[in-house]
Amino acid sequence: MSSEPSTLRRTALFDRHVAAGAKMVDFASWEMPVQYHGVREEHMAVRGACGIFDVSHMGEIETSGPQALELLQRLLSNDVSKLPVCGAQYSVLCREDGGVLDDLFTYRLDVERYLTVTNASNHVQDLDWFRKHADGLADVTVEDQIGSWTMLAVQGPLAREIVQAISDSPLPERMTIGTRRLGGIETLVCGTGYTGEDGVELLCKPDDAVELWDDLVRRGAVPAGLGARDTLRLEVCFHLYGNDLSLERGPIEAGLGWCCKEDTQFIGAQAVRAVRDSGPSEKLIAFALDGPGIARQGNPIAGGGEVTSGTLSPCLEVGIGMAYVPSAKAVTGTRLDIDVRGKMRSAVVKDKPLYRKGS
Amino acid sequence: MAQASYPDDLLYHAEHDWARIEDDHATLGITWYAQDALGEVVFFDPPTVGTILTKDASYTEVESVKAVSDVVAPLSGEIVEVNDALGENPATINEDPYGDGWLVKVRLSDPSERDALMDAATYKATLAG
Repeated sequence: MSSEPSTLRRTALFDRHVAAGAKMVDFASWEMPVQYHGVREEHMAVRGACGIFDVSHMGEIETSGPQALELLQRLLSNDVSKLPVCGAQYSVLCREDGGVLDDLFTYRLDVERYLTVTNASNHVQDLDWFRKHADGLADVTVEDQIGSWTMLAVQGPLAREIVQAISDSPLPERMTIGTRRLGGIETLVCGTGYTGEDGVELLCKPDDAVELWDDLVRRGAVPAGLGARDTLRLEVCFHLYGNDLSLERGPIEAGLGWCCKEDTQFIGAQAVRAVRDSGPSEKLIAFALDGPGIARQGNPIAGGGEVTSGTLSPCLEVGIGMAYVPSAKAVTGTRLDIDVRGKMRSAVVKDKPLYRKGS
Repeated sequence: MAQASYPDDLLYHAEHDWARIEDDHATLGITWYAQDALGEVVFFDPPTVGTILTKDASYTEVESVKAVSDVVAPLSGEIVEVNDALGENPATINEDPYGDGWLVKVRLSDPSERDALMDAATYKATLAG
Protein backbone atom coordinates (compact mmCIF):
# COMPACT_ATOMS: atom_id res chain seq x y z
CA MET A 1 0.00 0.00 0.00
CA SER A 2 1.26 3.49 -0.77
CA SER A 3 1.88 5.97 1.99
CA GLU A 4 1.93 9.37 0.31
CA PRO A 5 1.39 12.27 2.71
CA SER A 6 -2.27 12.70 3.46
CA THR A 7 -4.16 15.98 3.39
CA LEU A 8 -7.16 14.28 4.96
CA ARG A 9 -8.18 15.10 8.51
CA ARG A 10 -7.59 12.46 11.14
CA THR A 11 -9.49 11.86 14.36
CA ALA A 12 -7.83 11.44 17.77
CA LEU A 13 -8.23 7.68 17.29
CA PHE A 14 -6.46 7.36 13.94
CA ASP A 15 -3.51 5.38 15.35
CA ARG A 16 -5.89 3.02 17.14
CA HIS A 17 -7.72 2.26 13.89
CA VAL A 18 -4.50 1.57 11.99
CA ALA A 19 -3.17 -0.62 14.80
CA ALA A 20 -6.43 -2.59 14.75
CA GLY A 21 -5.95 -3.30 11.04
CA ALA A 22 -8.66 -0.99 9.75
CA LYS A 23 -9.01 -0.16 6.08
CA MET A 24 -8.94 3.64 6.05
CA VAL A 25 -10.90 5.60 3.43
CA ASP A 26 -11.57 9.19 2.51
CA PHE A 27 -14.98 10.12 3.89
CA ALA A 28 -15.96 13.79 3.49
CA SER A 29 -12.27 14.78 3.74
CA TRP A 30 -11.69 12.64 6.84
CA GLU A 31 -9.56 9.53 6.88
CA MET A 32 -11.95 7.09 8.52
CA PRO A 33 -12.09 3.32 9.15
CA VAL A 34 -14.52 1.70 6.71
CA GLN A 35 -13.97 -1.72 8.28
CA TYR A 36 -11.61 -3.62 10.59
CA HIS A 37 -12.12 -7.34 9.95
CA GLY A 38 -15.27 -7.34 7.85
CA VAL A 39 -18.48 -5.39 7.48
CA ARG A 40 -20.70 -8.39 8.16
CA GLU A 41 -18.82 -9.45 11.29
CA GLU A 42 -18.97 -5.90 12.70
CA HIS A 43 -22.63 -5.56 11.76
CA MET A 44 -23.53 -8.77 13.61
CA ALA A 45 -21.47 -7.70 16.64
CA VAL A 46 -23.67 -4.60 16.96
CA ARG A 47 -26.91 -6.58 16.50
CA GLY A 48 -25.85 -9.31 18.89
CA ALA A 49 -23.64 -7.67 21.51
CA CYS A 50 -21.88 -4.30 21.29
CA GLY A 51 -19.97 -2.31 18.69
CA ILE A 52 -18.01 0.91 19.05
CA PHE A 53 -17.71 3.46 16.23
CA ASP A 54 -15.47 6.50 15.94
CA VAL A 55 -17.82 9.14 14.50
CA SER A 56 -15.64 12.14 15.28
CA HIS A 57 -15.93 13.27 11.66
CA MET A 58 -19.40 14.49 12.55
CA GLY A 59 -19.46 18.18 13.41
CA GLU A 60 -20.83 20.09 16.36
CA ILE A 61 -22.26 23.59 16.48
CA GLU A 62 -22.97 25.19 19.84
CA THR A 63 -25.70 27.84 19.91
CA SER A 64 -25.99 29.83 23.12
CA GLY A 65 -27.43 32.99 24.61
CA PRO A 66 -30.86 34.48 25.31
CA GLN A 67 -31.82 34.29 21.62
CA ALA A 68 -30.50 30.77 21.01
CA LEU A 69 -33.99 29.29 21.01
CA GLU A 70 -35.25 31.98 18.64
CA LEU A 71 -32.45 31.22 16.15
CA LEU A 72 -32.83 27.45 16.33
CA GLN A 73 -36.60 27.68 16.00
CA ARG A 74 -36.06 29.61 12.77
CA LEU A 75 -33.50 27.14 11.41
CA LEU A 76 -34.62 23.70 12.57
CA SER A 77 -37.81 22.05 11.34
CA ASN A 78 -38.85 20.62 14.70
CA ASP A 79 -40.43 22.59 17.57
CA VAL A 80 -37.30 23.45 19.53
CA SER A 81 -39.40 25.06 22.29
CA LYS A 82 -40.52 21.51 23.17
CA LEU A 83 -36.94 20.38 23.75
CA PRO A 84 -36.31 20.18 27.51
CA VAL A 85 -32.93 20.73 29.16
CA CYS A 86 -30.99 17.44 28.80
CA GLY A 87 -33.27 16.40 25.94
CA ALA A 88 -32.41 15.33 22.37
CA GLN A 89 -34.37 16.21 19.24
CA TYR A 90 -34.09 15.27 15.57
CA SER A 91 -34.84 17.77 12.82
CA VAL A 92 -33.95 18.81 9.31
CA LEU A 93 -32.42 22.06 8.13
CA CYS A 94 -34.29 23.38 5.11
CA ARG A 95 -33.78 26.06 2.50
CA GLU A 96 -36.66 28.42 1.71
CA ASP A 97 -37.78 26.05 -1.06
CA GLY A 98 -37.94 23.11 1.36
CA GLY A 99 -34.82 21.38 -0.02
CA VAL A 100 -32.94 19.63 2.78
CA LEU A 101 -29.54 21.10 3.72
CA ASP A 102 -28.88 18.55 6.47
CA ASP A 103 -30.48 16.33 9.08
CA LEU A 104 -29.40 16.92 12.64
CA PHE A 105 -29.64 15.94 16.28
CA THR A 106 -29.79 18.83 18.72
CA TYR A 107 -29.04 18.37 22.43
CA ARG A 108 -30.12 20.99 24.96
CA LEU A 109 -27.11 21.27 27.27
CA ASP A 110 -28.55 24.00 29.47
CA VAL A 111 -31.37 26.56 29.48
CA GLU A 112 -29.68 28.75 26.88
CA ARG A 113 -27.12 26.31 25.45
CA TYR A 114 -27.70 23.84 22.60
CA LEU A 115 -25.33 21.48 20.77
CA THR A 116 -26.26 20.48 17.22
CA VAL A 117 -24.52 17.53 15.55
CA THR A 118 -23.95 17.92 11.80
CA ASN A 119 -23.01 15.53 9.02
CA ALA A 120 -19.31 15.70 8.15
CA SER A 121 -19.94 16.65 4.53
CA ASN A 122 -22.31 19.49 5.50
CA HIS A 123 -20.62 20.91 8.58
CA VAL A 124 -19.01 23.98 7.01
CA GLN A 125 -22.10 24.85 5.02
CA ASP A 126 -24.35 24.36 8.09
CA LEU A 127 -22.11 26.58 10.15
CA ASP A 128 -22.30 29.32 7.51
CA TRP A 129 -26.07 28.95 7.44
CA PHE A 130 -26.31 29.24 11.24
CA ARG A 131 -24.02 32.29 11.29
CA LYS A 132 -25.77 34.03 8.41
CA HIS A 133 -29.10 33.80 10.22
CA ALA A 134 -27.60 34.71 13.59
CA ASP A 135 -26.35 37.99 12.12
CA GLY A 136 -29.58 39.90 12.72
CA LEU A 137 -29.84 38.69 16.33
CA ALA A 138 -28.00 40.57 19.07
CA ASP A 139 -27.95 37.96 21.80
CA VAL A 140 -26.88 34.67 20.32
CA THR A 141 -23.47 33.04 19.84
CA VAL A 142 -22.80 30.37 17.23
CA GLU A 143 -19.62 28.43 17.83
CA ASP A 144 -17.87 25.81 15.71
CA GLN A 145 -16.99 22.97 18.07
CA ILE A 146 -15.85 20.30 15.63
CA GLY A 147 -12.35 20.39 17.08
CA SER A 148 -13.54 20.29 20.69
CA TRP A 149 -15.10 16.85 20.66
CA THR A 150 -14.35 13.26 19.87
CA MET A 151 -17.59 11.39 19.26
CA LEU A 152 -18.01 7.66 19.81
CA ALA A 153 -21.12 5.60 19.23
CA VAL A 154 -21.45 2.53 21.47
CA GLN A 155 -24.34 0.49 20.15
CA GLY A 156 -25.93 -2.90 20.65
CA PRO A 157 -27.88 -4.90 23.25
CA LEU A 158 -24.87 -4.93 25.62
CA ALA A 159 -23.81 -1.31 24.98
CA ARG A 160 -25.45 0.24 28.02
CA GLU A 161 -24.15 -2.47 30.33
CA ILE A 162 -20.58 -1.96 29.08
CA VAL A 163 -20.70 1.83 29.41
CA GLN A 164 -22.61 1.70 32.70
CA ALA A 165 -19.84 -0.38 34.26
CA ILE A 166 -17.42 2.57 34.09
CA SER A 167 -19.94 5.36 34.74
CA ASP A 168 -20.14 7.31 38.01
CA SER A 169 -23.97 7.36 37.86
CA PRO A 170 -26.86 5.83 35.91
CA LEU A 171 -26.75 6.56 32.16
CA PRO A 172 -29.29 8.92 30.56
CA GLU A 173 -32.38 7.24 29.13
CA ARG A 174 -33.16 7.14 25.41
CA MET A 175 -33.43 10.62 23.83
CA THR A 176 -31.91 12.31 26.88
CA ILE A 177 -28.36 13.43 27.67
CA GLY A 178 -26.17 14.03 30.69
CA THR A 179 -22.58 14.59 31.74
CA ARG A 180 -21.00 11.52 33.36
CA ARG A 181 -17.53 10.49 34.39
CA LEU A 182 -16.62 7.33 32.49
CA GLY A 183 -13.56 5.81 34.11
CA GLY A 184 -12.86 9.31 35.39
CA ILE A 185 -13.21 10.96 31.96
CA GLU A 186 -15.78 13.72 31.71
CA THR A 187 -18.15 12.69 28.91
CA LEU A 188 -21.40 13.95 27.49
CA VAL A 189 -23.50 10.79 27.26
CA CYS A 190 -26.40 10.87 24.78
CA GLY A 191 -29.11 8.23 24.55
CA THR A 192 -29.11 8.30 20.77
CA GLY A 193 -27.76 6.23 17.90
CA TYR A 194 -27.94 5.30 14.24
CA THR A 195 -28.15 1.52 14.28
CA GLY A 196 -31.63 0.60 15.50
CA GLU A 197 -30.06 -0.89 18.64
CA ASP A 198 -30.07 0.47 22.15
CA GLY A 199 -26.91 2.30 23.11
CA VAL A 200 -25.30 5.66 23.66
CA GLU A 201 -23.27 8.26 21.83
CA LEU A 202 -20.35 9.71 23.77
CA LEU A 203 -18.69 13.11 23.38
CA CYS A 204 -15.38 13.60 25.14
CA LYS A 205 -12.27 15.76 24.73
CA PRO A 206 -9.97 14.52 21.95
CA ASP A 207 -7.13 14.17 24.50
CA ASP A 208 -9.19 11.66 26.48
CA ALA A 209 -10.46 9.71 23.49
CA VAL A 210 -7.80 6.98 23.31
CA GLU A 211 -8.16 6.11 26.99
CA LEU A 212 -11.96 5.92 26.74
CA TRP A 213 -11.83 3.90 23.51
CA ASP A 214 -9.32 1.42 24.94
CA ASP A 215 -11.35 0.97 28.11
CA LEU A 216 -14.57 0.24 26.21
CA VAL A 217 -12.84 -2.10 23.74
CA ARG A 218 -11.21 -3.97 26.64
CA ARG A 219 -14.68 -4.41 28.13
CA GLY A 220 -16.00 -6.03 24.98
CA ALA A 221 -17.09 -3.28 22.59
CA VAL A 222 -16.08 -4.43 19.09
CA PRO A 223 -14.57 -1.73 16.82
CA ALA A 224 -16.92 -1.24 13.86
CA GLY A 225 -16.38 0.90 10.78
CA LEU A 226 -18.42 3.12 8.53
CA GLY A 227 -19.30 0.12 6.35
CA ALA A 228 -21.24 -1.55 9.17
CA ARG A 229 -22.66 1.81 10.24
CA ASP A 230 -24.21 2.08 6.77
CA THR A 231 -25.66 -1.44 6.62
CA LEU A 232 -27.04 -1.11 10.17
CA ARG A 233 -28.79 2.20 9.51
CA LEU A 234 -30.18 1.00 6.19
CA GLU A 235 -31.73 -2.13 7.74
CA VAL A 236 -33.71 0.16 10.05
CA CYS A 237 -34.32 2.78 7.33
CA PHE A 238 -32.53 5.74 8.88
CA HIS A 239 -31.77 8.43 6.32
CA LEU A 240 -28.26 9.15 5.09
CA TYR A 241 -27.68 12.69 3.87
CA GLY A 242 -26.34 12.73 0.33
CA ASN A 243 -28.18 9.48 -0.41
CA ASP A 244 -31.75 9.63 0.88
CA LEU A 245 -31.80 13.34 1.67
CA SER A 246 -30.71 16.16 -0.60
CA LEU A 247 -31.55 19.66 -1.76
CA GLU A 248 -33.58 18.15 -4.62
CA ARG A 249 -36.29 16.76 -2.38
CA GLY A 250 -38.09 17.93 0.74
CA PRO A 251 -38.70 16.31 4.12
CA ILE A 252 -42.28 15.27 3.30
CA GLU A 253 -41.07 13.26 0.29
CA ALA A 254 -38.43 11.72 2.59
CA GLY A 255 -41.03 10.62 5.15
CA LEU A 256 -39.76 13.13 7.71
CA GLY A 257 -42.99 15.10 8.07
CA TRP A 258 -43.08 13.95 11.72
CA CYS A 259 -40.15 16.24 12.58
CA CYS A 260 -41.49 19.27 10.69
CA LYS A 261 -43.65 21.66 12.71
CA GLU A 262 -44.65 24.30 10.16
CA ASP A 263 -46.41 26.42 12.79
CA THR A 264 -42.99 27.38 14.16
CA GLN A 265 -42.35 29.17 10.82
CA PHE A 266 -38.91 27.66 10.32
CA ILE A 267 -37.16 28.52 7.08
CA GLY A 268 -38.83 26.39 4.42
CA ALA A 269 -42.05 25.88 6.43
CA GLN A 270 -44.26 27.34 3.70
CA ALA A 271 -42.83 25.05 1.05
CA VAL A 272 -43.07 22.06 3.37
CA ARG A 273 -46.69 22.88 4.23
CA ALA A 274 -47.59 23.18 0.55
CA VAL A 275 -46.23 19.69 -0.17
CA ARG A 276 -47.88 18.25 2.94
CA ASP A 277 -51.26 19.74 1.91
CA SER A 278 -51.17 18.75 -1.75
CA GLY A 279 -49.39 15.42 -1.20
CA PRO A 280 -45.89 14.68 -2.51
CA SER A 281 -45.47 13.42 -6.07
CA GLU A 282 -42.74 11.03 -4.88
CA LYS A 283 -42.09 9.20 -1.62
CA LEU A 284 -39.09 7.48 -0.11
CA ILE A 285 -39.86 3.79 0.29
CA ALA A 286 -37.96 0.76 1.58
CA PHE A 287 -37.59 -2.28 -0.64
CA ALA A 288 -36.13 -5.78 -0.70
CA LEU A 289 -35.15 -7.74 -3.80
CA ASP A 290 -36.94 -11.02 -4.52
CA GLY A 291 -33.93 -12.80 -5.92
CA PRO A 292 -30.18 -12.42 -6.08
CA GLY A 293 -28.48 -9.11 -6.68
CA ILE A 294 -27.80 -5.83 -4.93
CA ALA A 295 -29.39 -2.57 -6.06
CA ARG A 296 -27.20 0.49 -5.51
CA GLN A 297 -27.56 4.27 -5.22
CA GLY A 298 -28.56 5.77 -8.58
CA ASN A 299 -30.13 2.64 -10.08
CA PRO A 300 -33.28 3.74 -11.98
CA ILE A 301 -36.68 2.18 -11.38
CA ALA A 302 -38.95 1.27 -14.31
CA GLY A 303 -41.83 3.74 -14.46
CA GLY A 304 -39.94 6.44 -12.57
CA GLY A 305 -37.89 6.92 -9.46
CA GLU A 306 -34.45 5.88 -8.33
CA VAL A 307 -32.62 3.97 -5.64
CA THR A 308 -30.95 6.28 -3.12
CA SER A 309 -29.35 3.62 -0.87
CA GLY A 310 -28.77 -0.05 -1.50
CA THR A 311 -26.75 -2.85 0.02
CA LEU A 312 -26.85 -6.50 0.97
CA SER A 313 -28.55 -6.84 4.35
CA PRO A 314 -26.35 -8.93 6.65
CA CYS A 315 -29.35 -9.87 8.84
CA LEU A 316 -31.93 -10.50 6.10
CA GLU A 317 -29.39 -11.83 3.56
CA VAL A 318 -31.09 -10.13 0.61
CA GLY A 319 -30.50 -6.95 -1.31
CA ILE A 320 -32.31 -4.09 0.43
CA GLY A 321 -32.52 -0.36 0.00
CA MET A 322 -34.51 2.82 -0.12
CA ALA A 323 -35.79 4.58 -3.22
CA TYR A 324 -37.91 7.52 -4.28
CA VAL A 325 -40.87 6.29 -6.33
CA PRO A 326 -44.04 7.97 -7.65
CA SER A 327 -46.52 8.17 -4.75
CA ALA A 328 -48.94 5.74 -6.43
CA LYS A 329 -46.26 3.04 -6.14
CA ALA A 330 -45.31 3.90 -2.57
CA VAL A 331 -47.55 1.20 -1.15
CA THR A 332 -46.33 -1.87 0.76
CA GLY A 333 -46.39 -4.92 -1.49
CA THR A 334 -46.00 -3.00 -4.76
CA ARG A 335 -43.62 -4.65 -7.22
CA LEU A 336 -40.71 -2.61 -8.56
CA ASP A 337 -38.37 -3.41 -11.44
CA ILE A 338 -34.95 -1.94 -10.73
CA ASP A 339 -32.38 -1.50 -13.48
CA VAL A 340 -29.22 -2.76 -11.79
CA ARG A 341 -26.49 -1.87 -14.30
CA GLY A 342 -28.47 -3.20 -17.24
CA LYS A 343 -30.13 -6.17 -15.50
CA MET A 344 -33.75 -5.78 -14.44
CA ARG A 345 -34.17 -7.03 -10.88
CA SER A 346 -37.51 -7.48 -9.19
CA ALA A 347 -38.13 -5.91 -5.77
CA VAL A 348 -41.07 -5.38 -3.42
CA VAL A 349 -41.98 -2.28 -1.42
CA LYS A 350 -41.67 -3.17 2.29
CA ASP A 351 -42.78 -1.65 5.58
CA LYS A 352 -40.17 0.38 7.45
CA PRO A 353 -38.03 -0.62 9.21
CA LEU A 354 -36.83 -3.50 7.04
CA TYR A 355 -35.26 -5.19 10.06
CA ARG A 356 -36.91 -5.56 13.45
CA LYS A 357 -35.39 -7.05 16.57
CA GLY A 358 -36.29 -10.72 16.77
CA SER A 359 -37.55 -10.90 13.18
CA MET B 1 -6.47 -16.24 2.73
CA ALA B 2 -5.07 -13.76 5.22
CA GLN B 3 -1.58 -13.34 3.74
CA ALA B 4 -0.82 -11.71 0.41
CA SER B 5 0.22 -14.26 -2.18
CA TYR B 6 1.00 -14.16 -5.91
CA PRO B 7 1.76 -17.61 -7.35
CA ASP B 8 4.64 -17.82 -9.81
CA ASP B 9 2.77 -20.01 -12.31
CA LEU B 10 0.23 -17.26 -13.14
CA LEU B 11 0.33 -14.18 -15.35
CA TYR B 12 -1.04 -10.87 -14.09
CA HIS B 13 -2.86 -7.85 -15.48
CA ALA B 14 -2.49 -4.34 -14.04
CA GLU B 15 -6.20 -4.28 -13.15
CA HIS B 16 -5.49 -7.00 -10.58
CA ASP B 17 -6.56 -10.07 -12.54
CA TRP B 18 -4.69 -13.31 -13.04
CA ALA B 19 -4.62 -15.86 -15.85
CA ARG B 20 -3.53 -19.51 -15.74
CA ILE B 21 -2.76 -20.37 -19.36
CA GLU B 22 -2.82 -23.93 -20.69
CA ASP B 23 -2.29 -24.02 -24.48
CA ASP B 24 -5.07 -21.94 -26.04
CA HIS B 25 -7.23 -21.94 -22.90
CA ALA B 26 -6.98 -19.85 -19.74
CA THR B 27 -8.59 -19.77 -16.31
CA LEU B 28 -9.19 -16.23 -15.00
CA GLY B 29 -9.70 -14.72 -11.57
CA ILE B 30 -8.91 -11.72 -9.40
CA THR B 31 -5.73 -11.35 -7.37
CA TRP B 32 -5.21 -11.40 -3.63
CA TYR B 33 -4.75 -7.62 -3.75
CA ALA B 34 -8.10 -7.14 -5.54
CA GLN B 35 -10.11 -9.29 -3.14
CA ASP B 36 -8.44 -7.62 -0.14
CA ALA B 37 -9.20 -4.13 -1.44
CA LEU B 38 -12.80 -5.13 -2.10
CA GLY B 39 -13.45 -6.81 1.25
CA GLU B 40 -15.79 -9.74 1.70
CA VAL B 41 -17.38 -10.62 -1.63
CA VAL B 42 -21.13 -11.05 -1.10
CA PHE B 43 -22.39 -11.34 -4.65
CA PHE B 44 -21.13 -12.72 -7.95
CA ASP B 45 -23.46 -13.19 -10.88
CA PRO B 46 -21.46 -15.37 -13.29
CA PRO B 47 -21.46 -14.26 -16.92
CA THR B 48 -22.87 -16.72 -19.47
CA VAL B 49 -20.91 -19.30 -21.40
CA GLY B 50 -20.28 -17.96 -24.90
CA THR B 51 -19.67 -14.39 -23.78
CA ILE B 52 -16.84 -12.80 -25.77
CA LEU B 53 -14.09 -11.19 -23.73
CA THR B 54 -11.97 -8.34 -25.00
CA LYS B 55 -8.60 -7.80 -23.36
CA ASP B 56 -8.61 -4.78 -21.00
CA ALA B 57 -12.43 -4.50 -21.04
CA SER B 58 -14.76 -5.35 -18.15
CA TYR B 59 -16.53 -8.71 -18.52
CA THR B 60 -18.22 -9.17 -15.14
CA GLU B 61 -18.63 -7.69 -11.67
CA VAL B 62 -17.92 -8.76 -8.12
CA GLU B 63 -19.67 -7.05 -5.23
CA SER B 64 -18.80 -6.48 -1.62
CA VAL B 65 -21.28 -5.07 0.89
CA LYS B 66 -20.03 -1.59 0.09
CA ALA B 67 -19.19 -1.57 -3.59
CA VAL B 68 -19.42 -3.04 -7.06
CA SER B 69 -16.14 -3.73 -8.80
CA ASP B 70 -15.65 -4.36 -12.51
CA VAL B 71 -13.52 -7.34 -13.46
CA VAL B 72 -11.29 -6.66 -16.46
CA ALA B 73 -10.34 -9.37 -18.97
CA PRO B 74 -6.57 -9.93 -19.02
CA LEU B 75 -6.90 -11.74 -22.38
CA SER B 76 -9.40 -11.92 -25.24
CA GLY B 77 -11.48 -14.99 -25.94
CA GLU B 78 -14.78 -16.77 -25.45
CA ILE B 79 -16.07 -18.07 -22.12
CA VAL B 80 -16.32 -21.88 -22.20
CA GLU B 81 -17.02 -22.47 -18.50
CA VAL B 82 -18.08 -20.37 -15.51
CA ASN B 83 -17.66 -21.06 -11.81
CA ASP B 84 -21.31 -21.50 -10.90
CA ALA B 85 -20.42 -22.50 -7.33
CA LEU B 86 -19.58 -18.86 -6.61
CA GLY B 87 -23.24 -17.92 -6.98
CA GLU B 88 -23.89 -19.75 -3.70
CA ASN B 89 -20.55 -19.06 -2.04
CA PRO B 90 -19.09 -15.82 -3.39
CA ALA B 91 -16.74 -15.49 -0.38
CA THR B 92 -14.70 -18.32 -1.93
CA ILE B 93 -13.17 -15.53 -4.04
CA ASN B 94 -11.67 -14.16 -0.79
CA GLU B 95 -10.76 -17.49 0.72
CA ASP B 96 -9.10 -19.08 -2.29
CA PRO B 97 -8.67 -16.47 -5.04
CA TYR B 98 -6.32 -18.63 -7.15
CA GLY B 99 -8.04 -21.97 -6.56
CA ASP B 100 -11.76 -22.53 -5.97
CA GLY B 101 -12.31 -18.79 -6.39
CA TRP B 102 -11.60 -18.85 -10.15
CA LEU B 103 -14.22 -16.96 -12.18
CA VAL B 104 -14.27 -18.23 -15.78
CA LYS B 105 -12.42 -20.39 -18.30
CA VAL B 106 -11.93 -19.01 -21.78
CA ARG B 107 -10.80 -20.20 -25.21
CA LEU B 108 -8.24 -17.60 -26.22
CA SER B 109 -8.68 -15.80 -29.53
CA ASP B 110 -5.12 -14.46 -29.55
CA PRO B 111 -2.75 -16.42 -27.31
CA SER B 112 0.07 -13.98 -28.15
CA GLU B 113 -1.66 -11.39 -25.94
CA ARG B 114 -0.04 -13.17 -23.02
CA ASP B 115 3.16 -11.33 -23.86
CA ALA B 116 1.59 -8.13 -22.53
CA LEU B 117 0.92 -9.63 -19.09
CA MET B 118 3.23 -9.49 -16.07
CA ASP B 119 4.91 -12.28 -14.18
CA ALA B 120 4.40 -12.48 -10.42
CA ALA B 121 7.56 -10.53 -9.52
CA THR B 122 6.70 -7.65 -11.88
CA TYR B 123 3.11 -7.51 -10.67
CA LYS B 124 4.20 -7.51 -7.02
CA ALA B 125 6.55 -4.62 -7.78
CA THR B 126 3.62 -2.54 -9.08
CA LEU B 127 1.83 -3.04 -5.77
CA ALA B 128 4.81 -1.90 -3.73
CA GLY B 129 4.81 1.54 -5.42
